[in-house]
Amino acid sequence: MANIKISEQKVLQIEAICKEFNNEKGELINVLHRTQSLLGYLPAEVQEIISKNLNCSVAHVYGVVTFYSFFTMIPKGEFPISVCMGTACYVRGAEKVLDEFKRILNVPVGQTTPDGKFSLSCLRCVGACGLAPVVLVGEKVYGRVSPDGVKDIIKEYRQG
Amino acid sequence: MEMINIKIDNKELKVAPGTTILDAAKSVGINIPTLCYLHLHDFNITNKPAGCRVCVVEVQGRRNLAPACATDCYEGMVVNTHNIRVLNSRKTVLELILSDHPTDCLVCSKSGSCELQSMAQDMGIRQIEYQGEQSHYKEDTSPAIIRDVDKCIMCRRCEMMCNEVQTVGVLSAVNRGFMSVVAPAFEMNLDHSVCTYCGQCVAVCPTGALTEVDHTNQVIRALADPSKTVIVQTAPAVRVALGEEFGMEPGTSVTGKMVSALKNLGFDFVFDTDFAADLTIMEEGTELLDRITRHLKGDTSVKLPILTSCCPGWVNFFEHQFPEMNDIPSTARSPQQMFGAIAKTYFAEKLGIKRENLVVVSIMPCLAKKYECQREEFSTNGNPDVDFAVSTRELAHLIKQANIDFNILPDQDFDRPMGESTGAAVIFGTTGGVIEAAARTAYEIFTGKTLEKVDFSQLRGMEWIREATVDFDGTPIRIGIAHGLGNARKLLQDIKDGKSQYHAIEIMAAREDV
Repeated sequence: MANIKISEQKVLQIEAICKEFNNEKGELINVLHRTQSLLGYLPAEVQEIISKNLNCSVAHVYGVVTFYSFFTMIPKGEFPISVCMGTACYVRGAEKVLDEFKRILNVPVGQTTPDGKFSLSCLRCVGACGLAPVVLVGEKVYGRVSPDGVKDIIKEYRQG
Repeated sequence: MEMINIKIDNKELKVAPGTTILDAAKSVGINIPTLCYLHLHDFNITNKPAGCRVCVVEVQGRRNLAPACATDCYEGMVVNTHNIRVLNSRKTVLELILSDHPTDCLVCSKSGSCELQSMAQDMGIRQIEYQGEQSHYKEDTSPAIIRDVDKCIMCRRCEMMCNEVQTVGVLSAVNRGFMSVVAPAFEMNLDHSVCTYCGQCVAVCPTGALTEVDHTNQVIRALADPSKTVIVQTAPAVRVALGEEFGMEPGTSVTGKMVSALKNLGFDFVFDTDFAADLTIMEEGTELLDRITRHLKGDTSVKLPILTSCCPGWVNFFEHQFPEMNDIPSTARSPQQMFGAIAKTYFAEKLGIKRENLVVVSIMPCLAKKYECQREEFSTNGNPDVDFAVSTRELAHLIKQANIDFNILPDQDFDRPMGESTGAAVIFGTTGGVIEAAARTAYEIFTGKTLEKVDFSQLRGMEWIREATVDFDGTPIRIGIAHGLGNARKLLQDIKDGKSQYHAIEIMAAREDV
């Protein structure tokens, strides 16, 4: 078992989430959702706490975490970048935009830069197809992004 | 009950509602091939994720083919299990599985007993039409089990064994799509997980993805080393399993030939583990008596029931899962380790050699014994009491490699003094053996009489535990026997909750029918 490194307060919060769902095994996905929105990610020790409280094996929890792409064991960056790969964005060149982010940040999709500033992920449709291709940085939406525009977006946050 | 009329391959039959096509077909002599499907009668648990699709059949009126293992029959159903469409699909499915499977069958340890290999043979697969990327995964070698996940076909039988039957919870399907594998949490290696080495996953793996660690080469090297005296102990189960490896009827007892073969292999002394089983029984019997006597005198600190400690898978299980209860099991070593301890002390001294120059090999029917002899407490200054534990299969390989014609060997006797045993140990190997023998010992010491017969019975609704009551001169002593770690968990939970009715319980990690 991994040593618990997260704070006692966070442990209590995770236990409270489990309890809210009556420590039901069948509520695992809901518990994981809530926990990830609390911590931003689901590290090993968190999965162990959840497994103990829901009385299911850690292997099972890990199996669910690795199955759904929404769940992550890697902490999100200070500025999480999401590139929309929905149909409209895709046909208008989202993949080239994504490639440019990967090139400049030097991280693959799903990873965070070593300085913890940026993380890169893909998502499917934010409902702004008229602005395709769309990129989100945190809550902020950038529309009609071209590969050339990528460096400017990154610059905005590097300086800030 | 209302029966359902169906037709399979033009045979008309009636089946009960809820019967699968697979079972219905079997009842009229039609064996639909399966890979992932596995039914365990003892536990009434079935693995049918319908993942491999090898069992597909055509159901009239249904657009796509149906997996026979997971499709229930309905009134008027018409099924075809081997028309061209079905055969082509089945072959395609198998070729696709094979396209992501290593083709090193010639040197695979599962070769000859691999279900995927024999299915490819049966279906006449001579080339794999599909070529593409193959999945690769790190190999994981633990003290007893090797995981070579490249050979995994995701049948998930091991996962069912580990979780539903044994409730150990080490293995789970992780990741997604092409990347998915069966692995422990965080994809750690088995020896970092809570794996008990019960070996049940290995027993049900259809391919070479899960296999036992092989020690035959170490044994051959020890036998060839003139500075070493090499002795061997054989567990009771081996003498009735070894014959099968040489084409004899399953269950044939080959004790004399086995002893001959071991001597021909160059072992200096050949002993019977039954000798050490007697010691374990004496230890456990007197320990049981001591706890009962103290309990009857009103000593409330006594832990009852006493649990047996011969099965290393089970010992591992309670150490990992119920660490707060580790004062409940017997303190006696298992027969394998009893033997090793005596061999490396008393017997080495008798021979006038250092323990380092005495190599103790044991032939065991259980792969957890490989792990047990590597436990730190069973060694002195880094020298283990038992150096190598090898399986019946490995022994057969040793015999074949030494060019010994097993079938014409003369019978020979075990060596003395450690080749003798009383009758108590004979019933040891099967579940129900050790606790009965220990109870008999305790009874004899307590009452001064010999116990005639111990009748075990099953309780309705509790078929997983067999129990017997022995009358210790007016005090009824209840003993129980359970196999499978899932059942052990129930017993431990009862003890924890103070609900256990037993004075002594024997537990074996393995199922009886694997």
